[in-house]
Amino acid sequence: MDQLFQAALKLGICAFIASLTGWRNSATEALRAQSIDPPHTSAFYGGMNQNLRILVVEPDPERVRAIIDALTDAGWSDVKAVAQMSALDRTVKDFAPDIVLIDLANPDRDTLEHISYATETSKRAVALFVDQTDDALTQAALSAGVSAYVVDGLKMERIKSVLETAIARFKIMRQMQSELDAAKQALEDRKTIDRAKGILMRQRDMSEDEAYNLLRTTAMRQNRKVIDVAHALVTAADLLS
Amino acid sequence: MSKTVLNCGYLPLVDCAPLVIAKELGFAAEEGLALNLMRQPSWSALRDMLALGHLDVAQMLSPMPVAMSIGFGGLPARVDTLMVLSVNGTVFGVSNEVAADLGDVPFGDANAILAALNARKGAKLRVGVPFHYSMHRLLLSYWTSNAPGVQIEEITVPPPRMADAVADGYVDAFWVGEPWGSVAVGKGVAQLTMMGRNVWQFAPEKVLAARHDWVETNGDAAARLMRAVFKASAWLDAQKNTPLAVEILARSEHLSMSPDLIDPALSGDIVTKPATAPKPVGRFLQFHRHAATFPWRSQAAWIASQLGADVAGIQKAKACFRTDLYRRNLEGVGADMPGASEKEEGALHFETAVASSRGHMILAPDAFFNGKTYDFPRK
Repeated sequence: MDQLFQAALKLGICAFIASLTGWRNSATEALRAQSIDPPHTSAFYGGMNQNLRILVVEPDPERVRAIIDALTDAGWSDVKAVAQMSALDRTVKDFAPDIVLIDLANPDRDTLEHISYATETSKRAVALFVDQTDDALTQAALSAGVSAYVVDGLKMERIKSVLETAIARFKIMRQMQSELDAAKQALEDRKTIDRAKGILMRQRDMSEDEAYNLLRTTAMRQNRKVIDVAHALVTAADLLS
Repeated sequence: MSKTVLNCGYLPLVDCAPLVIAKELGFAAEEGLALNLMRQPSWSALRDMLALGHLDVAQMLSPMPVAMSIGFGGLPARVDTLMVLSVNGTVFGVSNEVAADLGDVPFGDANAILAALNARKGAKLRVGVPFHYSMHRLLLSYWTSNAPGVQIEEITVPPPRMADAVADGYVDAFWVGEPWGSVAVGKGVAQLTMMGRNVWQFAPEKVLAARHDWVETNGDAAARLMRAVFKASAWLDAQKNTPLAVEILARSEHLSMSPDLIDPALSGDIVTKPATAPKPVGRFLQFHRHAATFPWRSQAAWIASQLGADVAGIQKAKACFRTDLYRRNLEGVGADMPGASEKEEGALHFETAVASSRGHMILAPDAFFNGKTYDFPRK
C-alpha cells in the first residue's frame, strides 16, 4: 500500500478514500435503500463494480470528461462531478459517495478533509494515503497527482481497480498538461526572441541572422540563456521607449 | 564542499518569511545547506508529502504536528516540531453586512465583539478558516465557546479564495493569516475587527516540522537548518530590515503579489476598514523576540487539550515539541534558553523577566481574553 501511495504522489494524484458512510444522512440512506438496483443490473455492470459511488472534484470540464469517461469505460456508472467549492459540502452529503477523487494539487482538498472530520458518525472519510498497506498504489497515486477519499471500511480489493483507473487517467492528463505548458512556453520564448531580434535589427541596422548571432554570443559570453538576454533587452527597450 | 539538499514544503503566506529569508540571504548556505523551498497547494498536500517522505521538513500550522502525533485527522504520523517559526499574525474579519450589525465596537476588543455577536439575531455565523487543524480554528472555537448565544459554522476555505467567499456571501466572517485579511479589505468586501492576539496574546502560529524518524537519522541537517532559521528570524525582527523582507517575499518565486499587501503584517500598520488609513496595531506578527522560536511544551499541551486529547494525548503532544533539540542545537548561536520548558499558559499580562541561561529573557504577555490560565502538570 505504501508503494501505491508513493506512486500516486509522483503522478500528482491525490486519492482520498473516504469512509464516507459518515457523510450520508439518514434521509439519503433511506432513499438509497428504496432504489437498490435489481439483480440484472449488477450482472450487467459485471459484479463488484456496480455499486461504488464516485465523486470527482475538478473545475476543468475537459478533465472531468476524461476522468468520467475512463471510469465509465471501466464499468462504473455512478459517477458525479463537482467543480465548485461552494457546492462541495452539499454534494458530498446528498450524493454520499464511497470514493472522492481529487487532484493532489487542488486547494479544495483542505475543504474536503474538513467535511470528513465534521461528520458525526463513527465512520469517516479517510484519505487513501492513510491506509498505507499498499505502498505501490500510494506511490502511484502520489506521482499521478490523484488523491482519493474513501469510506472507512471499504475493502481494498473493491477500490483498488477504481484507483488504478483514476491513476492511469491522471497520469495521462498530467503528461498532456506538461506538454501543453512546454509548448506554450516555447511559443512565448520565440515571441520574445523575435521582438529582441526586431529591436536589434531596427536600432543597429542588422540582418535577422546577425541579430540572432549577437543575442547568442552575448548569452554565451555571460553564461546565460538566449531567452534571458532577449528578455532583458525587451524589458530595457520597453523602459526606454 | 557540496551542500546538503533539504526539500522544505511551505505555503505562500507572509509568515513563511523565516524560511524564505534563510534561503535568500544565505543563512542556510552558511550552514552548508541547499534549502529547496517547495510551494504546496494545500495543507493536506503538504502533510501528505511530509509524511510520505517527499519533503524533508515543512512549515506547518502549529496544531498539525500535535494532531498527527496524537493520531487525529487525515494522516497519523510521528511528526516533531523543531522550533516555532512565527507567533500571532492572524486576523478576524467580518463581511460589511455583519460589520453593520456589530455597530461601533472597538478594534481588538474580543469581549465587546463577542457580546455584539451574541446580541445579533439571525442565522448561524458562517466563518471561513484555512484548515481544520489550525490555530485560527482553535482560537475561533475557544473564543466563541465563551458565548453560548453565538452559533457558528466553521467552513474550510483556501485562504486565497477567502475574499471572494465573503463577496459571494459564502461566508459571513473569516479567521485568516496575512496577506489574505488585507486582500479582503483591499477589495472592499470586509472589515477586520481584531487580531488573533486579542484572544491569545502569544499563540504559536507556524512551526518548523519534520518526521520523527527523519530527525533521528538526520540530526546534523536538522541542527543546521534550525540555526539558519534562528538567524533568519533574528534578522526579520530588526525593523530596519522590513522593507527588504517585504521586497524579497513579494518576488514571483515566493508570494508573487504586490508589496503593499505584504507590508501590513510585517510593519504592523494595518488597514482595518476599506478606504481608511492604516493604523499601528503593535506586536502583530513576531518571529524572534521574547523567545518566540522556543517550542514551549505547554503550548503543545494547550493545543492538544483544545483538540480534545486525553492525558496520554497531551503527553504525546508535549513530546513532539522538541525543546531538547532546541536547547542542544541553538545554544551555540546565542539563543537564550529559558529555565523551564513549560510555563503556565495565560499567566502573563505584562512583559516579564524570567530565569534563563544568559539572563536576558523577557517574555511577552500570553494572557487569554477571558483571563483563564492553563497549567499542564507532568504525570
